[in-house]
Amino acid sequence: MTMPNPHAALFDLNRIESFADRDSPIHRIDPRAKLIVTMLFIVSVVSYGKYEVSALLPFVLYPVVTTALSGVPAGPILTRLVWAAPFAFFMGIFNPVFDRTTVTHIGTLAISGGWVSFVSILIRFSLTVSAALLLIATTGFMTVCDALGRMGLPRAFVTQLMVLFRYLFVLAEEAGRMTRARNLRTFQKRGQGIRVFSFMIGHLLLRTIDRATRIHLAMCCRGFNGMFARVQDLRFRSVDAAFIAGWSALFLLFRSVDIPRWIGRFVETAGR
Amino acid sequence: MHMADALISPAVGAGMWAVTASIAAYSARNVTRHVEDSRVPLMGVLGAFVFAAQMINFSIPATGSSGHLGGGMLLAILLGPQAAFLVIASILVVQALFFADGGLLALGCNIFNMGFFPAFIGYPWIYKTMAGDGSNATKRFWAILVAAVVSLQLGAFAVVLETTASGISELPFGTFVLLMQPIHLAIGIVEGIATAAVVAIVWKARPEIVVGTSTADLRPTGNLKPVLVGLGVAAVLTAGVVSWFASSHPDGLEWSIAGVTGKEELEAPETGVHGVFSHIQRWTAFMPDYNFKPEAEAAPAANKEKAEEATWPAIEPGTSLAGIIGSIITLMVALGIGYVLRIWSRKTT
Repeated sequence: MTMPNPHAALFDLNRIESFADRDSPIHRIDPRAKLIVTMLFIVSVVSYGKYEVSALLPFVLYPVVTTALSGVPAGPILTRLVWAAPFAFFMGIFNPVFDRTTVTHIGTLAISGGWVSFVSILIRFSLTVSAALLLIATTGFMTVCDALGRMGLPRAFVTQLMVLFRYLFVLAEEAGRMTRARNLRTFQKRGQGIRVFSFMIGHLLLRTIDRATRIHLAMCCRGFNGMFARVQDLRFRSVDAAFIAGWSALFLLFRSVDIPRWIGRFVETAGR
Repeated sequence: MHMADALISPAVGAGMWAVTASIAAYSARNVTRHVEDSRVPLMGVLGAFVFAAQMINFSIPATGSSGHLGGGMLLAILLGPQAAFLVIASILVVQALFFADGGLLALGCNIFNMGFFPAFIGYPWIYKTMAGDGSNATKRFWAILVAAVVSLQLGAFAVVLETTASGISELPFGTFVLLMQPIHLAIGIVEGIATAAVVAIVWKARPEIVVGTSTADLRPTGNLKPVLVGLGVAAVLTAGVVSWFASSHPDGLEWSIAGVTGKEELEAPETGVHGVFSHIQRWTAFMPDYNFKPEAEAAPAANKEKAEEATWPAIEPGTSLAGIIGSIITLMVALGIGYVLRIWSRKTT
C-alpha cells in the first residue's frame, strides 16, 4: 500500500508509539500476556462464519476497555483505522455484488447475504486492526520485540526488527527531505521520472550502506556480540496470568453465546 | 497485496503461519551461522531503507500515475535469499503493527506471498540463472525484470488461492485471478525496471557491494524437494487441526458449499469436536448460527423443526429485529463500561 503523505504516516507512527511511554494498569501488564491476549482476540474474531454480525459485537469490549484503562486517546487509533479501511472496503464491496440472495428483512427492506457479509468484514477489520494498534500503543514496539524474543522468536529476527525500527525514522526523514528537495526543483512532471528517481534511491542506498558500516563499528566498540542486551527483566506476575485467563474466558463466552441476540430476545419478550 | 485479518479464515492463517515460521526459522539459523556480524546492522538498516524508499515516488510516463520501489528483489540481490527473507518479514511486521497494512493473523500469508517468492524463487532460480554473476548490464536488466514479474505473479496468485480457501470474500476465483494477475503484471514491470535502475547505479558506484553476494552461490544446496514436501505437510496438518478445533460451526464453508452445489443443507458432523461444539451452541443459543437462511429454505425448515423451536427457531422478520436491538444494546453497554472505567481510572491515578 502506498502512503499518501510520508510525513503524515511517519507522524502517525511516532504518535502511536509515543503512547507506550505512559503508565497505566494496562501498560504495567507483562508484554507477553498482552501479546497472547491480542492473538487470542484476533483468532476468536476471525473464527466466525462470514455471515456473522451480531455475535461479533461483544468483542468491542476488549478495545474499549483497553483504551479506557490505558488512557490512550481513541482519536489517533480511529484515525489510523479509517486510513487503512479502503483496502478492506474494496475487498468486501464485491460481496454484495456477487451474493444477492435475500437472507433477512428489516421491516420491508430485503437484505442480501452479500451486504451481511460485507458488514461482517468491516466489523472484523475494525476489531482486529484496533487490537494490533492498541498492543503497540500500550506496550511499545521495542518491548513487543523483546517479548517475542523471550517467547522463542529467533534472536537474529528480534535484532533485525529492533535495528529496523531504530533507523526507520532516521531514514524516513532523509527520504522526506530528498522528496521535498526534488519537488522544489521540478516543474510539473519534468524531473519526476525514473532517471532522477533511480539516482535518488541509489544514493540513499549507498549512504544507508555506509551508515550501516559506521553503526556496526560503533556497536563493536560497545561490545556488541550478535544480540542486544536486555534493558529490563520481565517478571510474569499473577496479575498477568489473571489478565490472560480473564480475557480468554470472556472470549470463549462471546464465542459460544450470541449475547446481542440473547439480549434482543429478552427485550422482545419483556415488551410483549 | 497485503491480505487483511478480516478476509482470512483461522485455518488458512494458521497454516500459512506454520509455513512462514519454518522458513523464517531456517533463514534465521542460516543467517546466524553463515553471515558475519557486520551484516546484522546492514540487514536492519536496509529494512528501514525500504520503508524510506517506498516514500519516494516517480511518475510513470504516459499513464499519469506514479510508482515506487517494492524492495523485495533489491534486498535479495544485496543480501542473498535467507537474509532478504528475514528483512522482508521484519518490514511486514512493522507494517502490520503500525500501518494496519495486513494483520497479525494474515502475517504468515503476507510474509510468504511477498517474501518467499522473490527471495527463494525469483532471485536464486531466475535472476541467478539468467544474469550469472551480473556483470553484463543488459542480461542483468532482463534478469531482474523477469524475476520481479514472476515473483509478483506468483505472490498475487497465492493471494487469490489463500483468499478463496478462506471463503470470506465472495469474489469468484476466476474473476479474482483476472483482476489480480494483470494488475500485478504492471506492478511487476515497474518494480523490475526500478530495481534494475537502482542496481545499475550501485554497480557503477560501488561494485563490491553487489559482487560480494553475486559471486557466492547462494542457491539452497541439495534437493529442494524434501523442503517443499515438509512445508506442504506442515501447512496441511496445521490447517486441518485448526479447522477441526476452531470451526465449531462451519457455517461459512457450509454456505459456500451450498452455493456451489445448490444443496439446501449440508449435514454437519454430529460426532467429534464439531458435534460437541454444536451441541453446546444449540444449548446456549436462543438463536443458533443458522440465522441467515434464504427465505425459500426458511419456510420448510420452519415446519420441519417446529418441534424444537426453542433451540432452532424459524426465520421471521422479528428475529432479525431482535438481533439489531440486541446489537445496539451490546454496543451501548460496552461503551458504557469503557466510559465508567475511564472515569474510574482518572480518579484513581
